[in-house]
Amino acid sequence: MSPVLFNLLLQSIWETVVMTLASGVISFVAGLPLALILVATDRGGIAENMIVNRALGWVINGFRSVPFIILLVALIPITRLLVGTSLGTAAAIVPLAIAAAPYYARVAEVSLREVDPGLIEAARAMGGNRWTIVREVLVPEAMPGIVAGFTVTLVTLVGASAMAGAIGAGGLGDLAIRYGYQRFETGIMIAVVAVLIILVSGIQWLGDRLVARLDHRA
Amino acid sequence: MTGRNLNSQPSATAFTAVDPAAGAPGTPVVALSGVSRSFGPTHALDDLSLTVRRGEILGIIGRSGAGKSTLIRCLNGLERPDSGRIEIEGRNIVGLSESELQPIRRKIGMIFQHFNLMSAKTVAENVALPLKIAGWGKAERRARALELLDLVGLSDKADAYPAALSGGQKQRVGIARALSARPALLLSDEATSALDPETTRAILTLLKDINRKLGVTVVLITHEMEVVRTIGDRVVVLEAGRVVEEGEVWHVFSDPKTELTQSLLSGIRPQLPAHIASRLASDGPETVLGVDLTDPALGNGLFSEILSHLPAAHFLHGGIDHIHDQPVARFFLTVPREPASLVDEATAYLRSINARVEVLGHVARPV
Repeated sequence: MSPVLFNLLLQSIWETVVMTLASGVISFVAGLPLALILVATDRGGIAENMIVNRALGWVINGFRSVPFIILLVALIPITRLLVGTSLGTAAAIVPLAIAAAPYYARVAEVSLREVDPGLIEAARAMGGNRWTIVREVLVPEAMPGIVAGFTVTLVTLVGASAMAGAIGAGGLGDLAIRYGYQRFETGIMIAVVAVLIILVSGIQWLGDRLVARLDHRA
Repeated sequence: MTGRNLNSQPSATAFTAVDPAAGAPGTPVVALSGVSRSFGPTHALDDLSLTVRRGEILGIIGRSGAGKSTLIRCLNGLERPDSGRIEIEGRNIVGLSESELQPIRRKIGMIFQHFNLMSAKTVAENVALPLKIAGWGKAERRARALELLDLVGLSDKADAYPAALSGGQKQRVGIARALSARPALLLSDEATSALDPETTRAILTLLKDINRKLGVTVVLITHEMEVVRTIGDRVVVLEAGRVVEEGEVWHVFSDPKTELTQSLLSGIRPQLPAHIASRLASDGPETVLGVDLTDPALGNGLFSEILSHLPAAHFLHGGIDHIHDQPVARFFLTVPREPASLVDEATAYLRSINARVEVLGHVARPV
């Protein structure tokens, strides 16, 4: 592998990491509150409101049913509005985050639903309000699942960021297609796959470690 | 179990009792009148009225589905009745909004069958949670939590997580948590139903100690008469959302009026042995009598005096039980039917000392 290609590989790794982390953080910050709203407004929830619950469910399902490659193109006007351009790594973060946030909301929702209703009742019996229940019961008790779900989302984002290469986002996927596939640079292809395996394994390992530290159930 | 004897703990006596501002001694802590609550066609509570006196341990007993859970949840507003009044310290809480109920709930502790401890919080953090909700500072919360863990004998577990504790220890944490905000009323929802008999006894002893030392009024629901017998001052028997029997525990135990109460008591009161009960017939040479008697003198030789008054009778089964220092006798005798006067004399004598006598039937031969 020539030094030029090697530098290209390093740059692509960086771009992939930036895209994954930035869109990951945004989807966490947006997805967790959405998940809380879904759980709280559901039947028997701490702030039951079926109209809000149904409407939010529909919006989330809508976003989740659009294939990512179509979302990438469809969101170009919004990306331009937010970032100023529809090309490059920064521009790819917008559709990645918008696709990942509803996905993460559903993943976190599952963990929040698994919190023992008895614990919520205990907090109510202590005179806690809704915010107390969210802060002291729902989020801390679901935290292992919230983190495990975030790990899954990050890994999914590594894969999705490769597709963002289609709109000139750069990153490892872009490198693999342009050099590895179209120019028959087998070395680059192998290097990209190896780096992706290390990246995904690393994310999963870190996530698992964190979950083990947070989980005090049994 | 790391349970310690409360009586030997100086810190427990240094404890401040109930908030003195919480109501005058005369007013009942809780007064329910005409409370109804339905779930679809089922009447969980049906025009129910009852009073909880200050400082007592009131046991509410009934089979599953009798409305016990609904009733106890009405007392802190977790459940809303369809109609009726629920007065806590003289204030009707029916119709209050969730945010109006919150400060009232902070003065009512609750413990649960499955403990309901937060798995992500340490033992001390769990105990301190009601204080956090009440807005206490961090240092005060920690100090108060340690004080309570000392009271329940779990000082060494302050920084452990609940998953590392046994069932009995978890319930001790539950009790400490329920008491941390100095409630005037403690609600116990089947608190010992998930525990083994030995742990159950330890937890009940702790509840009684807390009741006597801190003056906290306790309302406990259970399906086990043994629980009521061990620590209850008064008992309310619930069936289909209605009170079917109510009174001092020793009184209800010695003289259960309803079939339900008798059946609930069957496990812990002497019963006619099965092999005799199965041979009972409408006719036979021996009459079987069931006798119930409550008299303070039972403890001072009255029982042997009774037996000496009935020389013809055979003592079959039973004896004296003590419920809150109140001796309660229940026993079974056979008396020969010939001559006929023997049964009448025995019955007359027993009634003359205020015993309840029941002719259960006859057996073919002396047993």
